[in-house]
Amino acid sequence: MKLGKIKEILEAKVIVGASLEREIRMICACDLMSDVLSCVQSRFSSLLLTNLIHPQTVRTAEIAEIPAICFMRGKEPQDLTMDLAKKNGIVLLSTSFSLYEASGRLYKEGLPGCSEYREAK
Amino acid sequence: MTPYVKAPKIRELGYELKVRDVMDRNLITVQPETPMSKVRGVLRLNRISGIPVIDKGKLVGVICVEDLVNWLMARADNCSVEEKMSKNVVTLYTDEPLIHAINKLEQYGFFHFPVLERENRELAGTITREGIIRGLLKKLEIDYREEEIRHYRASHVFEDMIADKTSLIFQYYVVGQDFNRAGESASALKKTLKRLGTHPEIVRRAAIAVYEAEMNLVIFARSGEIIVKVDPNQIRIEVEDSGPGIPDIEKAMQPGYSTAPDWVRELGFGAGMGLNNIKKCVDEMNVTSTIGKGTRVEMYVATKKESVSYEVKGTG
Repeated sequence: MKLGKIKEILEAKVIVGASLEREIRMICACDLMSDVLSCVQSRFSSLLLTNLIHPQTVRTAEIAEIPAICFMRGKEPQDLTMDLAKKNGIVLLSTSFSLYEASGRLYKEGLPGCSEYREAK
Repeated sequence: MTPYVKAPKIRELGYELKVRDVMDRNLITVQPETPMSKVRGVLRLNRISGIPVIDKGKLVGVICVEDLVNWLMARADNCSVEEKMSKNVVTLYTDEPLIHAINKLEQYGFFHFPVLERENRELAGTITREGIIRGLLKKLEIDYREEEIRHYRASHVFEDMIADKTSLIFQYYVVGQDFNRAGESASALKKTLKRLGTHPEIVRRAAIAVYEAEMNLVIFARSGEIIVKVDPNQIRIEVEDSGPGIPDIEKAMQPGYSTAPDWVRELGFGAGMGLNNIKKCVDEMNVTSTIGKGTRVEMYVATKKESVSYEVKGTG
């Protein structure tokens, strides 16, 4: 699914990023960075849904090669986080939904989680 | 003479770039009823050679230096712009390729064209010779830089060096407790390994392992060092700190066991998965620690092609 379509489903706002053409294959909804690092597979583009807006979230995405992050409940990060995202070409979105609601909406549209994607191959 | 741009690279860019990419969006316009006596001031102030004339949002003409000179030469009375402007205006659309603009400039010998939005035919900007040159140069510079990065692969260093065994050593100094900078070493190492032409999956596993180790260092110690030794067959990573040490390594290895302070947990770390994650990413890991002295984590990642595994070990 195109990132642009996900933005519509989540009624999200773009904070950083020019193109929403990127294809997203799976979702990682998580507030534990270690779990993000251990579950995401890099070969397939994933989107990270999280409540954490500090720079380490973007750093984690960079290391795990996650191309896009969406923050929950209208949270918007500070400059340091945005700068890091710009530098690494990571798209940042913000939605007013909660983590549970956002996950549910995307799951309903057929986007799987990381472990499911592995099985579906 | 047929307008033709000879340089093939410029021609290519002329098709790639659109009129909107190089047009001047700074709209300076006059109305049909503007007096001719005001035109000189507008041209001079904005250092332009022509001004689009707008009536109720639509482009109705262009008044240029030549029109002004003709009016002055005729020593006629002051009149409205409408009477002296060119009404048959040659325009361009924002979505046309730049090469159309270049050809039109050549064909008509003009210095500028008004640019319209295709949908509503409203004025979107003006295109000038300077704008085109600036746009092309900028694009050439970007392309050149990207090409340079692509060419710059250091993977040949191992073949270039004459020795029985060649290794590269990278050192990173980590400042403890500084959460905003935590992960910089892992990020730098990731870029370095990529430049060396290391397999992307190997780069990712090494980067995740170093990132977790670096996080532990930042959380628990005041300072430390990461030493990475790369040879053609493997990457050896050593993360050493002068922190408080781990009392029970076996316990620390258990998933979910953590002694991290609350402020770290609030940031999404310190959930007791760090060492476990490292173990899954690397081929071999040794942890040694002395209370009050520090901790040393040693990791090995094989880089030979046959050892590339896409799956992170274990079930995650």
